[in-house]
Amino acid sequence: MKISKIATADPASRLDNNAKLINEKGLLWRLTDRASETRGKMFIYSSALLMIVAVIAITLFLMIQGLRAFVVDHLNFWTFITGTQWYPDRTVNPSYGAFPFIFGSMAVTFLAALIATPIAIGTAIFMAELAKKWGTKVMQPVIEILVGIPSVVYGLIGLSIIVPFMRQHFGGSGFNLLAGAIVVGIMILPTVASIAADSIRAVPDSLRQASYAIGATKWQTIWRVVIPAAGSSLVTAIVLGMSRAFGEALAVQMVIGNVTKLPGSIFDPSATLTTIITLSMGHSTMGSVLNDALWSLGFLLLLISYVFIVIIRFLSRRRNA
Amino acid sequence: MKKKNLLAIGLAFVLSLTLILSGCGNGNGSAGSSSSKSDSSSSEALSGKITIGGSTALQPLAAQAAKEFMEKNPNVQIEVQGGGSGTGLSEAQAGNFDIGMSDVFAESKTNIDAKALKDYQVAVVGMTAAVNPKAGVKNLSKKDLQAVFTGKVKNWKEVGGKNQKITLVNRPDGSGTRATFDQFALDNKTPAEGITQDSTNTVKKIIAETPGAVGYMALSYFTANDKSVVKLSLDGVEATEKTVATGEFPVWAYEHMYTKSKPSKLVKAFIDFMMSDAVQGKDVPAQGYLSVKDMKVQRDATGKQTDK
Repeated sequence: MKISKIATADPASRLDNNAKLINEKGLLWRLTDRASETRGKMFIYSSALLMIVAVIAITLFLMIQGLRAFVVDHLNFWTFITGTQWYPDRTVNPSYGAFPFIFGSMAVTFLAALIATPIAIGTAIFMAELAKKWGTKVMQPVIEILVGIPSVVYGLIGLSIIVPFMRQHFGGSGFNLLAGAIVVGIMILPTVASIAADSIRAVPDSLRQASYAIGATKWQTIWRVVIPAAGSSLVTAIVLGMSRAFGEALAVQMVIGNVTKLPGSIFDPSATLTTIITLSMGHSTMGSVLNDALWSLGFLLLLISYVFIVIIRFLSRRRNA
Repeated sequence: MKKKNLLAIGLAFVLSLTLILSGCGNGNGSAGSSSSKSDSSSSEALSGKITIGGSTALQPLAAQAAKEFMEKNPNVQIEVQGGGSGTGLSEAQAGNFDIGMSDVFAESKTNIDAKALKDYQVAVVGMTAAVNPKAGVKNLSKKDLQAVFTGKVKNWKEVGGKNQKITLVNRPDGSGTRATFDQFALDNKTPAEGITQDSTNTVKKIIAETPGAVGYMALSYFTANDKSVVKLSLDGVEATEKTVATGEFPVWAYEHMYTKSKPSKLVKAFIDFMMSDAVQGKDVPAQGYLSVKDMKVQRDATGKQTDK
């Protein structure tokens, strides 16, 4: 109020006052100045650092916890990953053989990729080659919605539709490896499809035009030119989908049956690394052998996901070369 | 525009960081407040915060009791979490939970120093096998039940039922329900592999829908009008609250609340409320448990049963 009174009285003193205000604002201004060079730099550098620290910390933590089973509890690493008997709460001679879970995780992942790949690549070709306008306007949002559905919903659908279907047509309880693979396959489908569509769009138009120029049909162009050209990016899309399938716990747990025995066929119930961790973790006490063994399974999961990342890096390097 | 975005991202980053930090600090925070409340409890009105966590079987009863306790003592805040019996015991020992809920005796878990914890048996839960109606059995001898669960018998007709394949539904390793069933129904025999599910509702759904399926669950999940699963009798003894109370039906367990050996006044007040008639007479039976006061037999940590 005071300032405005002075301002109306004397224009010169108003200017002076304004300058003073800016000066007074100094500290606040420096904190909120969007153009401040050091502030931006600090923010970006610290987020990058935080990211790296997080990755290293998680790896180290999992490693320390995961190695406890072998160092503190003296489980044999080899029998741990190859043993097929998982009886942690047996009073005499408990045994920790994680091979059924490793096998289960692998089987679910590869079966899911087998189910998802043809449909996903087909969808991607449709979106990127055949119906470009419709593909980007209608299909892309539809696929994004599918990506956004939480995995528990996929699990619920699997539990109330796929499991009863399996029970009626293949006998048994209906909980089996195939049910898990179907649920996860549907789950990773949109991820694979959208990345595959991007890589097909990235194929230069000159290749297509050259193909048409020598008299190739649309199908020949897609099959012989576009897909080979997009090749390794398509594989990257599949591997990314597989790594998501590998880490999925909730949806799989609801339909796979969680039996700790090696399955004899895809119609037998099974278990994966993730499902056994989520099922047993809360019941085990910190530092018990079962708890340590579960951490080891978690560490194993991390190692295998690193393998997936290495594969993806390797493929993308080959593409760039 | 870009700078605006950067600012927005920065703000979001800071916000998420604060959330993470406050989330991390939660466990310590509750421990801190539990120590501070012992000072304030010298006055009549109780105030402070209690963190309870562990067994999901006991969680609904604890939550109900906590709600009533907070209505009586508006300055008290009680947080009831799940997490499983193992988590309950570990965190009670570490001091992150003021009260750890467990379906099993602390003595039965390795790495838990049972002497450092104080055991309050707040309820008794009876459980029995649940069978799909198509199996055609209502009663089994203990020997036959063990043959079914250890996988020696593969078809219900071998134990007097219909010609129907047996499908086992188990609980995860370390689960309190599994431990109790293994100990008192199977006499510590290791069950064969079967479908494993954690939640009792899922187990019930699977048993109801799968011909020939058999599993086990707490008595409260069998209701009088519900014909979807058959409540199995053992050696001709029907599993009811009465037969559990007299000790005729062997498959039952205590629901425990564990505190540090010297609980704070506030925690003690809540435990006292838990054992009072207000909870034991009303909430305990309403939630399908038996009151410890009604039990005519008692058990120690090794499972030895004696008359009261």
